[in-house]
Amino acid sequence: MTTEYFRWTECAWKDPDKDWRKAETLVGGIDVGSVSSQAAVFTDGELYCYSNTRTGSSSPDSARKALNMALEGTGIKEGDIQYVVGTGYGRVNIPMSNKAITEIACHARGANFMGGPSIRTILDMGGQDLKGIHCDERGKVTQFLMNDKCAAGTGRGMEVMAELLQVPIIEVGEMSLDVPEEPPPVSSTCVIFAKSEAIGLLRSGWTKNMVFAAYCSAMAHRVVGLLERIGIEKDFTITGGISKNIGVTSRLLKELGVESIPLEPDPQIAGAFGAALFARDLLLKSRK
Amino acid sequence: MPGYIANYGYTDGSGDYYIVVDTDKCDGCGKCVEACAQGVLEVITDDYDDLVASVSAEHHKNLKYVCAPCKPVSGPRDLKCEMACPSGAITHSW
Amino acid sequence: MITAGIDMGAQVVKVVVLNDGQVLARSMVSTGFEPLEAAQKALDEAIKNAGISRDDIKSIVATGAGRKAVTFADKALTEVTANAKGTTYLLPSVRTIVDIGAEEARGISCDAEGKVLDFAKNDKCAAGAGAFVESMARALELKVPEMIELSLKSTKEAPINATCAVFAESEVVSLIHAKVEKADIAHAIHDAIASRVSSMVRRIPVEKDVALIGGVANNAAIVDVMKKHLEVDIVVPENPQFVSALGAALSAAS
Repeated sequence: MTTEYFRWTECAWKDPDKDWRKAETLVGGIDVGSVSSQAAVFTDGELYCYSNTRTGSSSPDSARKALNMALEGTGIKEGDIQYVVGTGYGRVNIPMSNKAITEIACHARGANFMGGPSIRTILDMGGQDLKGIHCDERGKVTQFLMNDKCAAGTGRGMEVMAELLQVPIIEVGEMSLDVPEEPPPVSSTCVIFAKSEAIGLLRSGWTKNMVFAAYCSAMAHRVVGLLERIGIEKDFTITGGISKNIGVTSRLLKELGVESIPLEPDPQIAGAFGAALFARDLLLKSRK
Repeated sequence: MPGYIANYGYTDGSGDYYIVVDTDKCDGCGKCVEACAQGVLEVITDDYDDLVASVSAEHHKNLKYVCAPCKPVSGPRDLKCEMACPSGAITHSW
Repeated sequence: MITAGIDMGAQVVKVVVLNDGQVLARSMVSTGFEPLEAAQKALDEAIKNAGISRDDIKSIVATGAGRKAVTFADKALTEVTANAKGTTYLLPSVRTIVDIGAEEARGISCDAEGKVLDFAKNDKCAAGAGAFVESMARALELKVPEMIELSLKSTKEAPINATCAVFAESEVVSLIHAKVEKADIAHAIHDAIASRVSSMVRRIPVEKDVALIGGVANNAAIVDVMKKHLEVDIVVPENPQFVSALGAALSAAS
């Protein structure tokens, strides 16, 4: 059996105490990304349940899987959800959604909900893109920059390295910090070239930890460059899968000289949260 | 309702290539869309229900190449979209 | 006068040994992780093939991305100058040169004397160069020559949107999953890279004759799609992969 080094644990959570049947509004947000998909259900503006899953080969299937995982054990059927907003790369192909809203707007809204109204700058490090978003105290976007052309700094880029060095992706961050001293970053931005560079480094005696450190360092530096294009205003927070890679986040925060507000329960679900909040707004508007 | 600044484009190993639209200044008039022979731009209804100029999905990852005709290596920059916009809402970062 | 030109490419070192404009020998060695060693090995091989000794070589000029690593060279020449010199020597009517290497692609505009007038390049991104072709062959589980053969059998267009070799690999996997024919995918890959390189080349004036050089010029399918995208006939000199090294060797003689 070949190990799939890119695998991370899919999960779901539901509120054990709330009774959704008593809710005035029951809405859903589904974020279908190129690498991961999340679903979140909100009752009366509060989180009821959510899931975080790996995107499959089709957007509709991925949306369904994410939603089913979130709803499992809750007794909620898809038809019970009064309004669904779809977001993410696959947003136009989510069959159960009533409206599609971009992941930019949804991330800003979601981060504002999870991190509070003081959040002004959001860095989203996703599976196949990097986003820099500025928002106001209500979570409305005031500036954004999205780079989905190049794998450098994205989850896919990290997967390539994890695969090369045969290490589960969830261990990469910790390993990269376990080095006697910080090595120079890999010189290539391009993941393909960085991969060749890494092979050369290993041959010349570098340990896996050192190679990860060099790669995470280069990725952090790239992300900082992207953010500097739009500027960093406090408070700052990070969303997306790579927000869980301490090797990248610790280095980029050090270079930026800022702290990041942690987002609970999961920084990877900001998009789905934002989508659910938009769903609630639209539902209430339609009821007027 | 205040707008936002949208940076469409990318950074790769070879550089930064962004078309920047200031939606505070953009009223969705579409003159930039007409001016661009490459079909890079389009007018969309955004998440906040405003009509604004945007870079089309098929082009935002190819800006360096698709905008190249207006930016020859030697010769004057002839950015038709920037010149067509009456309010200076659209600029190129390179 | 015997001279040598060493083209230290990202993947392959090419050497040309020249005597008064006549090629005595060529050699090619993988750059690997010890470029200096690879250069030495390639030079030794060429010397042996030429039937001469090291002392017979009066001057060595290095070019290519890794030219600074060739510490035993007498001089270094930029790729652009080497491209132009080598190409116009072989094909004097050429005014536009497209060089697609493993990691970098270039468009060069030159005059009748082979002097560089203008150039555009795409560097540091695998999507614009040979590395993209290799990545895609891997995704299709084929060797590059097999993929090229297959692409010529394509009957339908297939969409390849990715502008990154890493993302394109995932996209190819999805296409295979969706039962798209590998031949059509292979053709789409060639089309994608040709489209990108052509757009870059159009940043300089494109004047006939147009030549394609570099390792990727050996790929008949690429030449085909490049002609289509640039809308002009394209000539490929013999041994296109050695043109830069030839240019360097010529420069060593002057």
